[in-house]
Amino acid sequence: MRRKKPKSSRSPPAVTTVVIMRLYIADAAPNSLKAVANLEAICKDYLGDSFKLEVIDVLEFPLRALADGILVTPSLAKLSPAPVAKIIGNLSDRSNVLSALGIKP
Amino acid sequence: MNRISKVSWQAVAHPLPKIPTGIGGFDELSHGGLPRHRTTLLKGGPGSGKTVFALQSLVNAARKRQEPGIFVAFEESTSQIIANAASFDWGLPALAKNKLFFLDAKLSPEVVQSGEFDLSGMLAILKAKKEEIGAKWIVFDGIDVLLTLLQNPVAEMREIYRIRDWLAQNDVNAAIITAKMDGAGLGIVNYGFMQFMVDCVIRFERRLEHGVALHRLEITKYRGSDFVAGEYPVSFGPSGMEVGAPEPAEIKQVASGERVSAGFERLDTMLGGGLFRGSSTLITGVPGTSKTTLAGKFAEAACRRGERTLFVSFDEGADRIARNLTSVGIQLNTHVKSGLLRMYSGRTESIGAEDHLLKLKALIREHRPRCMVIDPLSAIAKTGGLAAARAVANRFIYLAKDEKITVMVTAINEGDEPETEATDLQISTIADTWIHLSYLIRSGERNRALTIIKSRGTWHSNQVRELVLRNTGPMLADVYTAGGEVLMGTLRWEKESEERAKTMQRRAEFDHKRGELQAAEADTQVRIKALQQDLARQRAELATYSSENQARIVSSSDREKELRRIRSADPAGRASGSSGNSGKRNKKEARDAP
Repeated sequence: MRRKKPKSSRSPPAVTTVVIMRLYIADAAPNSLKAVANLEAICKDYLGDSFKLEVIDVLEFPLRALADGILVTPSLAKLSPAPVAKIIGNLSDRSNVLSALGIKP
Repeated sequence: MNRISKVSWQAVAHPLPKIPTGIGGFDELSHGGLPRHRTTLLKGGPGSGKTVFALQSLVNAARKRQEPGIFVAFEESTSQIIANAASFDWGLPALAKNKLFFLDAKLSPEVVQSGEFDLSGMLAILKAKKEEIGAKWIVFDGIDVLLTLLQNPVAEMREIYRIRDWLAQNDVNAAIITAKMDGAGLGIVNYGFMQFMVDCVIRFERRLEHGVALHRLEITKYRGSDFVAGEYPVSFGPSGMEVGAPEPAEIKQVASGERVSAGFERLDTMLGGGLFRGSSTLITGVPGTSKTTLAGKFAEAACRRGERTLFVSFDEGADRIARNLTSVGIQLNTHVKSGLLRMYSGRTESIGAEDHLLKLKALIREHRPRCMVIDPLSAIAKTGGLAAARAVANRFIYLAKDEKITVMVTAINEGDEPETEATDLQISTIADTWIHLSYLIRSGERNRALTIIKSRGTWHSNQVRELVLRNTGPMLADVYTAGGEVLMGTLRWEKESEERAKTMQRRAEFDHKRGELQAAEADTQVRIKALQQDLARQRAELATYSSENQARIVSSSDREKELRRIRSADPAGRASGSSGNSGKRNKKEARDAP
């Protein structure tokens, strides 16, 4: 399943721009761990090296998360390229994540 | 054994500590407020007042006890909430700057959901914020909005327990969770287990009654504490929400000696000076005897005194009543516009008497009237049992007395005999004043008659009076009796005409007599004048005569002297030979001085 989708014809637009993301997690909460794993897989499958990911532990930096407008964990924020997008959940629904990140599967 | 005794000891010596909400009526209902250090669930449909209750508790804690609070808004944005609360005099924008923290937890519709999430991050944020501002209160408003995103009952329950654990760890004075839920509600989630989790559950309800929203509140659970059971009306005023607290069992009404007008002067006269402040007046009569007109006049008089007045009518629109009353010179619309008069029209179909009472209570709390009209009160008996309606009518009268509202209610009676009086509701016994309106049919006419059947604690007229409706207002006609009956209508008019004719005749007679007397007086004056002239003339004559005579005497004595001088005669010898005039004088002198 994972290996079928990334056709060479689809990947170039995603690769040309660097995707900057922030993932907010709650330490080792189950959903947070799932989100990390799911995101890593998506990046590996679709973005190659052209992404920057910052992982923030909300339990450690709660006021920063508040300033960033984060409510639930896990949350993924795509900061660049525009438009900015926010995804909540453990990122198990891959198609939702891809469309939010602007990646065409 | 030991454990049992310990438990019972705790129950006796440690009543559940409570923290007041400052919401009028609620703290009485709950015997002290919300459970301290515990969680309270507010449940109810949309717009039932949950958010206002939660926010008002928070605001009161911040303002009255300087306890900061956190408001987590899942349903509305922070700015919306602050804007919505702007109609209350809480000074919320200022509080939001220092004492209260609003967390905008409304998820943007643009947020994409992918898989399960949890609240551990949010709770970490709240913990940090709580410690930062020293929050003592926390409100989770509309938690259902977030929970439904989980789309998984197991996950929902898990997150609710997460919140409970958080609340247990992060000691707050009170936590309030609001949720749209209702066991019977359609499309509203029923978090039954949430009710077990919390220590206090308050159910909110909003019902539309003929376009008017009626809010209610009921404490359905209060762990470890007694509370007043039952539904109570909730009203919203400028200071926020208020709960209609239950009525005390003991009647503690202060009797006022102050009189207020029953509407117009003549009626007041018949009542010995008006109605007592805070008294209740019942007007009975068959349809068309102008009960509404009297009630309207009473309301108008109250407004003219500047008193807040509530006019409740049933089965007839407020506008229509106001318009109809204009034809008899009663102007209510200006007072409605000024806000002094609140007119409310209710429908009686499909509504029980109990519901009417709740609505009346809410209206009273909302408008805070000093005078009130219900036209007709008998309408509440239309639907539902008569026994219930009677109880409600009684309770209403007592409620009005407690609130020191001077109340005038009307009731339709079917027969025209006041003794069989109507009132299915049997309120004539508890009303202080009872005015009965009837038709008297005589000489082919139907005329309105007004009788005061009773008026407690005051003299009142025992006469039947004719009630006349003019375009300037209702009035009581002058009394003419004939053969022991008060004359009405044409008979009265005839009597009045007769009286007028008599008056005119008397006036003409008087004018005539006065003319005569005036003429006689003038005549006498003339005669007095003539006589006075005569008198003056006679006096003048007398004066002339006296002076002439004196002159004559002088001249004659002078002549005598001259003669004596000429003749050198002896004056004594001269005396006998004097003239007639002087002889007369001498004779007179001799007579005067013997």
